[in-house]
Amino acid sequence: MPIQRKTPAKRTTPKKHAAKTTGGGAGSSHSSPKKRSLGPHEAGATSSRGTFPVPQFHATVPAGFLHPGSAISASHFTLKDVEQILTEASKLEAMPVFLRDQRYAKRRVALLFYESSTRTRTSFELAAKSLGADTVLVSALSSSIEKGESLKDTGITLRSLGAECIILRHPNSGAPYLLGRATGLPILNAGDGSHEHPSQALLDLRTILAHLPANKTAAAKGKLSITDRTLHGITVTIVGDILHSRVARSNALLLPKLGARVIFCGPEVLLPDYAAQIGPGVEIERNFERALQQSNVVMMLRIQKERLSGLQIDLERYMEQYQLHGKRLAAHAPAAVVLHPGPMIRGLEITSEVADGPNSAVAEQVYHGSIIRMALLTRALDAIPSKNQQSSKDR
Amino acid sequence: MTSILIHGGHLVDPSTGMDEKRDLLLRDGRVAALDSPGSLDALAKKEKATIVDASGLIIAPGLVDIHVHLREPGQGYKETIASGTRAAAAGGFTSVCAMPNTTPVNDSVEITRWMQSPDRNAVVRVFPIAAATLGSKGEVIAEYKALHAAGAVAVSDDGMPILEDNIMFESLAQAARAGLPVIQHAEDTRLTHGASMHAGALAFRLGLRGMPADAESGIVKRDIELLARLGKSAAGNQAHLHVAHLSTAKALEAVRRAKRSGLRVTCEVAPHHFALTEQAIGDYNTDAKMNPPLRSEEDRMALIGGILDGTVDAIATDHAPHALHEKEQEFERAPNGITGLETALGLTLLVLHRQNRMPLARAIALLSSQPAQVLHLKHRGSLAVGSFADVVLFRADKDWQFHASESRSKSKNTPFDGWKLPGPILMTISEGRIVHDARVPAK
Repeated sequence: MPIQRKTPAKRTTPKKHAAKTTGGGAGSSHSSPKKRSLGPHEAGATSSRGTFPVPQFHATVPAGFLHPGSAISASHFTLKDVEQILTEASKLEAMPVFLRDQRYAKRRVALLFYESSTRTRTSFELAAKSLGADTVLVSALSSSIEKGESLKDTGITLRSLGAECIILRHPNSGAPYLLGRATGLPILNAGDGSHEHPSQALLDLRTILAHLPANKTAAAKGKLSITDRTLHGITVTIVGDILHSRVARSNALLLPKLGARVIFCGPEVLLPDYAAQIGPGVEIERNFERALQQSNVVMMLRIQKERLSGLQIDLERYMEQYQLHGKRLAAHAPAAVVLHPGPMIRGLEITSEVADGPNSAVAEQVYHGSIIRMALLTRALDAIPSKNQQSSKDR
Repeated sequence: MTSILIHGGHLVDPSTGMDEKRDLLLRDGRVAALDSPGSLDALAKKEKATIVDASGLIIAPGLVDIHVHLREPGQGYKETIASGTRAAAAGGFTSVCAMPNTTPVNDSVEITRWMQSPDRNAVVRVFPIAAATLGSKGEVIAEYKALHAAGAVAVSDDGMPILEDNIMFESLAQAARAGLPVIQHAEDTRLTHGASMHAGALAFRLGLRGMPADAESGIVKRDIELLARLGKSAAGNQAHLHVAHLSTAKALEAVRRAKRSGLRVTCEVAPHHFALTEQAIGDYNTDAKMNPPLRSEEDRMALIGGILDGTVDAIATDHAPHALHEKEQEFERAPNGITGLETALGLTLLVLHRQNRMPLARAIALLSSQPAQVLHLKHRGSLAVGSFADVVLFRADKDWQFHASESRSKSKNTPFDGWKLPGPILMTISEGRIVHDARVPAK
């Protein structure tokens, strides 16, 4: 129970009271304790510069609430969302650095990483920093998570420290929903278990678009238009450990919305037949060479040894059937763009010859990643939550 | 001498085939008499009986749940025998059979007796189900005869299925000698490692490991084979296998065939398995996580078919309370199970009676006389004269709304919060005592 004061005489912690009021920052507004129905963090998101925004300590998040600035599943994105994100990305890309780094000066973004990561973490961190935001990294080791703190409590702690957006990587599928429901903050999913990695799908999309000549010019003019025919006639083959790949899922949910055909390719043990039921525009072709022959884009995946959990893979046989090497690429898809979300295991799913070759867009993907993540951060930090926001359904 | 006269109601007792207007007189914890409306008034007056007006209500035998987790001893923060039996009473149940996966596991005469002690403050009758093996470790068979004598009504390693063929065979043989059924939670845990929902397209979409239907049907088939082999070895009493919370079409088919071949196999289905499918998981709702998991629509329809054609012997809730902080976790980390005592009758009436046109008397039988028969609970689930005065009064023609926050259970982990269900329960009487009375709105 909170301690009830009879008179508000001794104000040693005015901020706590200010948290219940709205309008300006601490100190200025406690004379008008108007109650407004706010999203859990509106005070933080809209407070004027100069005063530190006070979080709402007892904010209860309405059932089913998900902050509209969240990016949890690629299935949530409408074509309009995709267009807006890509347009914003191009704007930020073209913006002078000294302007860009003022955009969210001193806003607070937390990176909560329960799994190891190089690319995604650095990419998000640099994206936030290049918009001027303060970032803080909390990783599972060397934090209270080690002592058994729940995801909910870690989220509430970060919110109380002023975090306005949390970027989460977590080994359990669906963890971003839990964090979003617990904090009411926008959550950017940086990979949850075998579920999704929506920013990866967006950066893959931007990489693919950059290789379509028509779109290149349109994007440069800032007149990007995304429709259900943007990727019409484009076939993207995703190869390998589909079962454990959040990248495969996010791409398979996103690219067909723009008209692409997605082929999943891999052995049964890593690609069950029902995987094709993930959504429209997705099919299975187990023969890699047949799949390559139809492909404009081929995305290679790493075998996730850490998630195999007892599954037995004959690696030699796997490489024989599914490795992308120079000869195979030249014979069956000489013009295809080769993608890999990383980390690559050279010599297993892909050879150095291909990874470093002219078809490879792997390094470009990383570049587009930081641009896309800036755009996702602006979306998260600008969005005003509305109480009526329904939980967006996955399907 | 304490008596209660329930008059003006419509009495449905599947154990006797009664389905008409009858007044019911309870005396000293037993059913004393039942007769046409008004004809027991004089006797009741003479005995100074408490009069309960049941006009417009169904009078049915107190319901029997042969699969609940009451969490005592050891996990009182989830549920106690007192709170769990209050939830049972609110749901119309007067007999509940408590699974042994407590802390410590109920594998002993001492714990079996402790659970039945008046000190537990149970408001309805608790029948312990003892562990089939010591510590439910699947290694050493427990003392079935002694456990039976102490009040255990069956043995089971619920949640920790017996995988070793020879241990299961031995369990069935020893249990037959002790006159106890063996209840198997059929799950080949070698196939379900790290899994948290039904295997299939949705599990793939959600990035969750799935439990294949074969993990259930494989163990059911294996157990049936063991039972058949045991039959030939002439172990005296016929061995009895009871399949807990059956959830797949494949396992149901195995039970159907075994029954046809004359083996003593019974099975139960939980209300959530005939009311919901895996789609209820939505955005990783941990209140839709249980084991066995919610299955496909085909499985659900097969279960309803099995209930309608009599393959399924009983409806049992698998009431599994868990604290809020345990369920407010990542889906894969959250414990399995949902509460079910207060929604079982409503879901049965909704799905089986209303949506699938099962006669009311048969729906009641699946929740009373039939489960009582499966675990040989004598004089339970019946309103024949001489039976225990276990009665439930409900309104079949009205709906009510279930609010988890108002549940009598200590835990609120249910996917049915806010559901509108038929059959509001007005009163529950356990052995002649009114243990739940919703006629006067509690203020």
